[in-house]
Amino acid sequence: MNWQWFHRLGSPRWFYEKTTPWMPWLLVAGLGFLAVGAIWGLGFSPMDSKQGNSYRIIYIHVPAAFLSLAGYYLMAIAGAVGLIWRMKLSHMVMKSAAPIGAVLTALSLITGAIWGKPTWGTWWVWDARITSMLILLFLYLGIIALQGAYQNQDIANKASAILALVGTINIPIIYKSVDWWFTLHQPATLKLTGPSSIDPSMAYPLIIMIIGFYTLYTWLLLHWTRAEVLDREQRTQWVRALLLKAS
Amino acid sequence: MNFQFESLSTFIDMGGHGAYVWSCYLLTVVALLLLMLYPRARKRQLTLQLQRQQRIEQGQPVAPPPSVN
Repeated sequence: MNWQWFHRLGSPRWFYEKTTPWMPWLLVAGLGFLAVGAIWGLGFSPMDSKQGNSYRIIYIHVPAAFLSLAGYYLMAIAGAVGLIWRMKLSHMVMKSAAPIGAVLTALSLITGAIWGKPTWGTWWVWDARITSMLILLFLYLGIIALQGAYQNQDIANKASAILALVGTINIPIIYKSVDWWFTLHQPATLKLTGPSSIDPSMAYPLIIMIIGFYTLYTWLLLHWTRAEVLDREQRTQWVRALLLKAS
Repeated sequence: MNFQFESLSTFIDMGGHGAYVWSCYLLTVVALLLLMLYPRARKRQLTLQLQRQQRIEQGQPVAPPPSVN
């Protein structure tokens, strides 16, 4: 089998040059979806019968939470690929995914807390899902800390990849926590199998926001990874030519 | 599909939940902006560093680097 494409995937320069034309499209699409979804969700979906207008936080909270989980998976897989195939580009992707995921996890927790105040009467409760999401945030921060703790890039890569992989067990726990334990946080609304327990007039803007967040996440991950590539490869001829050509 | 609020002021008020809703959306905008701008700043810093190195290699006078405290 021809593995050439796979090995070419490991070339930071190939990655950088390949992704350059994608960037404007991803950005415009991501911001476009977010704008449409937010305006729709804020102004045009009906009020909730029980929660009033505070439920509109869902259009931020749910997409951010989805991305924080998906981003963790991606980060762990990138770490594994980097460890197994010793692909430095994969390590760069992993490193870039950590701060983006951390911000999205924090955003999910904070918007959840703000939503909880008028809905449940409390900013915080040590409920299974919320606690496991907090642990996820600590895992992200731990990976960021490990990346900065070592002078030797190789050791930093390995340590943070191992932490990312060990922490993967948290993901199914977060996901199933609302089914396994009696929790304050409600069970899943959007289901892949069976009908969803949310009205279509509220579901459509939510789906648009989810798509928008995924698209913008992709742009962000590529943007951060490209910056990482330039930094780590700064001694190469192609990076120097690229950055110095303007001067 | 209609606009769900009678006026701009009721839209901002969000039935009494305005502070909760808008603080979330504002926080999101700020967070996303920071995430979007950081790599650009990093690239600019790298470019300046490489320009400095190039000037050193070419034997041109170079100002001391900005100190980071």
